[in-house]
Amino acid sequence: MSNTLSINGVTHTVDFPDEVPLLWVLRDELGMTGTKFGCGVAACGACTVHIDGEAVRSCQVQISDVWGEISTIEGLGQPDNLSVLQQAWRDHQVAQCGYCQSGQIMQAAALLAENPSPTDQDIDDAMQGNLCRCGTYPRIRSAIHEAANRMGG
Amino acid sequence: MSRIRKIARRTFLVGSAAIAGGVAFGVYKYNETPENPLTSDGGKAVLNPFVFVDENGITLISPKAEMGQGVHTTWAALIAEELDVELDQINVLHGPPAVAYYNSALMGLALPFLDYEVGKFQDNLRSYVGEAGKLIGIQLTGGSTSMKDGFERMRLVGASTRETFKQAAANRWDLNRADLTTKAGVVSSPDGRLATYVELAKEAASLEPPKVALRSPTEWRLLGRSQPRVDMLAKVTGTAEFGADIRLPGMMFATVRMNPKRSGMVSFDAEAAKGMAGVKKIIDLGDGIAVIASNTWLAMQAADAVQITWEDAKYASTTDGFFDQLAQGFSGEVNATPRDEGDVEQTFEGVALQAEYKMPFLAHSTMEPMNATALYTADAMTIWSGSQAPLSARDSAAEAVGLAPERVELIVPYLGGAFGRRGETDFSDLAARVAKEMPGVPIKTTWSREEDMRHDTYRPPALARFKGAVKDGEAVMLDGQVISQSVLDLEGANRENVTGSFDQPYGIPNYRIRGYLAELGVPTGFWRSVGASINGFVFDSFIDEMAHAAGRDPLEFRLQLVRREHAPSAMVLETLKSMSNWTGQTPSNVGRGVAFTYSFGTPVAEAIEVRQTAEGIKISNCWIAADPGFTLDPSIVEAQLFGGAMYGLSAAVMGEITFADGEVEQYNFPDYDALRMNSAPTFDVRLLENNSFIGGIGEPGTPPAAPALANALFDLTGIRARELPLNKTFDFIA
Repeated sequence: MSNTLSINGVTHTVDFPDEVPLLWVLRDELGMTGTKFGCGVAACGACTVHIDGEAVRSCQVQISDVWGEISTIEGLGQPDNLSVLQQAWRDHQVAQCGYCQSGQIMQAAALLAENPSPTDQDIDDAMQGNLCRCGTYPRIRSAIHEAANRMGG
Repeated sequence: MSRIRKIARRTFLVGSAAIAGGVAFGVYKYNETPENPLTSDGGKAVLNPFVFVDENGITLISPKAEMGQGVHTTWAALIAEELDVELDQINVLHGPPAVAYYNSALMGLALPFLDYEVGKFQDNLRSYVGEAGKLIGIQLTGGSTSMKDGFERMRLVGASTRETFKQAAANRWDLNRADLTTKAGVVSSPDGRLATYVELAKEAASLEPPKVALRSPTEWRLLGRSQPRVDMLAKVTGTAEFGADIRLPGMMFATVRMNPKRSGMVSFDAEAAKGMAGVKKIIDLGDGIAVIASNTWLAMQAADAVQITWEDAKYASTTDGFFDQLAQGFSGEVNATPRDEGDVEQTFEGVALQAEYKMPFLAHSTMEPMNATALYTADAMTIWSGSQAPLSARDSAAEAVGLAPERVELIVPYLGGAFGRRGETDFSDLAARVAKEMPGVPIKTTWSREEDMRHDTYRPPALARFKGAVKDGEAVMLDGQVISQSVLDLEGANRENVTGSFDQPYGIPNYRIRGYLAELGVPTGFWRSVGASINGFVFDSFIDEMAHAAGRDPLEFRLQLVRREHAPSAMVLETLKSMSNWTGQTPSNVGRGVAFTYSFGTPVAEAIEVRQTAEGIKISNCWIAADPGFTLDPSIVEAQLFGGAMYGLSAAVMGEITFADGEVEQYNFPDYDALRMNSAPTFDVRLLENNSFIGGIGEPGTPPAAPALANALFDLTGIRARELPLNKTFDFIA
C-alpha cells in the first residue's frame, strides 16, 4: 500500500490503501490544502490538479493510478512569485469566497497550455466543469483573455 | 430551533421594546463601551477593539465573516481612511467572538416603517435601536448590514486612533497635536520630525482617545475607489485558509451521518465499518453517528458502511404534501398585513387579473461543504468554524459539550461561501461533539456533499395569490397574499415572509399585502435575500402581468408607478433603460424582461435578454442598475451585484429541493446544479448614489434576477411561468 507520487517536482511516499483518491492524500496527508474538496463526484472541479499537464479531477484519481508528474496550485506560483495567470486573476479581482478558485485556475492553466489564445467558445468548453457559486465567471473569462494576451497568445 | 432563529427572535423583541419604551430610555447604557476582547499580551499595543499594533505592524480587526463579499477589504478601508494608513501596510484579522463586535445595523431591520421612507427621524431612531445590539451581544454577518453597521463607527475608530497617535507624538515632542500631520502610518511635525505608528503604539495605548470629527467624503482617498482585495493574493495561490483547510499537529479526520428524515436514530450496526482501513473510532452520537479516521475519505467510506435505522420524518413525506399544507394555510388566520393602502375590496372597473405562484425549497449549496475543527480537553475547547454568527456558535458549541462559554475559544477562518447557511450552528456543534470523544486530539469533521445537501436549513417553499386591476393603462389595485414557513421564530405578526412585496416603492392607490405562515416542520433558514428571494419573484412577476394587461411597455409601466414614491428608485429604472438600450422591441428569437426590487435599503433594477438557440434557450445578457447610497468600493459592489444575480438565476433556472419518503431527493451537484461558464450571461453593472443613506449590497442583486428572467421568457415565448424553477416550463442550454 506504499505509493510514490511526484508532486510539484518533489517525491513523496505515502502509505495508504491504493483506492484512496489523490485529493485526500494531498489535503489530509501532505497538507497541500490549496486543492479543494467540493463534491467527490467530479461535478464541480474544485479539486482540479494536473497530471503530466492534463487537468484532472483529483477526487477521481486513485493514488495507485497516478500516471505522471502531479502539479497543484502550490506548484503554479507562490504569493511572492505569481504565474502570469495568477497575476491576471489578481489584477481582475476574480475571487469572491475563493473556494473554487484553485480549481478554476488549474483548469485555465491547462487550457492556455494547450490553446494560447482561446475564444469565448473555447473558454466555455474548457471551463464549464468548474462550478462557482459566487458567480465569478465574467471575471474568470476576462482574466483568461488577459493572461493569454500577456503570454503572447 | 436553530440558533440563528433564536437570535433573530431576540433581535426583534428588543427592537420592538426599544421603540415601545421610547429610544431615550437607556441611551447612556447603549453608549457604554463593551469590554475590549483584545488583550495586550505578547508585546501588543491594543488601541481599541479594532486596532492593535505589534512587531508585525498594524492589524485591523474585521469582526465580519469574509465569505466572498469583500468585507475584510472595505471594513479595513473604513478604518484606514481616517487612520491614514494604506491597505498594503496593514493586516486584517477576523478577531474573536465578542460583544464589542455587536452588529448595530441588524436591529434596524425590525423597525415598523417602510425602509425607503427613512427620513432624518427614522434614521436617528434606526441608529439608536441599533445600539441595542450591544446589550444582547449579536455578532452576525448577514442581512446585508456590514456597511450600514461599520460606515460611521469604523471611520470614527480610525479617526480617534489617528488622533491618539498624534497625541502620543505631541507629548513626545512637546508640541500641539493640532500642528502634526499623518500619512501612511507616520506622524510628522512641522520641523520635519517623524514617528511611525508602530514606534508610538505603546505610548498611544495608554492615552484617552480624543473626540474627533469625520472627514468629508470629498477628502476620501480609499473609500469610493476600487481597492485591491486584502484576501486576493491568498485566494489565487491556494494559501487562503478556509475552515476545511485547518491543519494541526496530530489531527484526525471525521465525518458524520445524521438522519436525512431530520429526526432521531433507532439503531445502527457498525460491525462492517470497524475494521476498515484508517478507522480510529466510531461514535454513537445518539441522533446519528460519526467516524474518526486517519483520513477524511477513509472516514467517509466507513460511515457509508455503517447500517443505520432512522426514525421516520415528523413532517409531510412528499413535496406535494408540503404544498397542500401551504394551500390550506390560506384559509387560516392572516399573520401580518404590513401594507394596506386605499381599499382593495371595492369594485374596480377595467381589467381584472389574478395569478398564483409557486416557489420550491432551495438549498444554499456553498462550494465548501459544512465543516469545523475542534480540540477538546477536559475543561476547555478551541473550535475553528467558518461561522457567520461566532458568538452564538461559540455558546452553542460550549453547550453541546457541557463547557462554560468562556472556556471555549472560537476562531473564524475564511468561509467558502455562506449565503446564510453558516449562520447556523449545527456544523460547529457536531464537530465539538465529535472532538469530545477523543480529548486532546484536534479533529476536523467534514460533511460529504451529500450530507451537506440533505441536511440544509432550506429556503422555505411558498405559494402566493395575487389579484390586481388596471384601468386606462394604469395599475389601480394590487392585493397579494403569500404563505410560507417563517425563518424567524417569532410570536405575533412577522412581516419577513412578505418582505419584497409589502415594501416596494410603487404608487398604487389600492395596495394590500397579507402574509400567512404554515408550520411545515422542515428546518428552514436564511437564504441570500431571505423573504425577498420569494417576494421579488412574486411581486415583480405580477407587476409585469399588470403591465401587459394594461397594454404598456413593462419598463415604462414600472417607472410611472415608482416615480410617485421614490425618486432614487426611478433613477435606477431610467438608468437601466438607457444602459440596456431598452426599446420594448426585440427580434423574434430574442426576448427581454425587466424587474425591479427594493431590498436591504438598495433599489435594484435588472434587465435580461434571452435567445432561442438550436441547443435551447440561452441567457445572454444581464444589465443591472443599483443605488446603494454610497459605493464604498465599486469593484466589490459590482461583484456582489452580478454574483447576487447569478445566484438568483441559478435558482430560477434549476434550483429545487424535493422530498420523497421524508427525505430530500437531491444528493450532489448533478441533482442540484447552478449556472456555469457556458450558461451564465454577460453582465453590465451601473451604480448610482442618489439614495440618502447607505444600503446593503450582498443580497439586493438576487431578488430581481428570477422575475427578470421569467419576464424575458414571456417576451420570447408568450408563456407566463408562475412556478419555479423555470426549467419545468422551458428548455435551457445545459
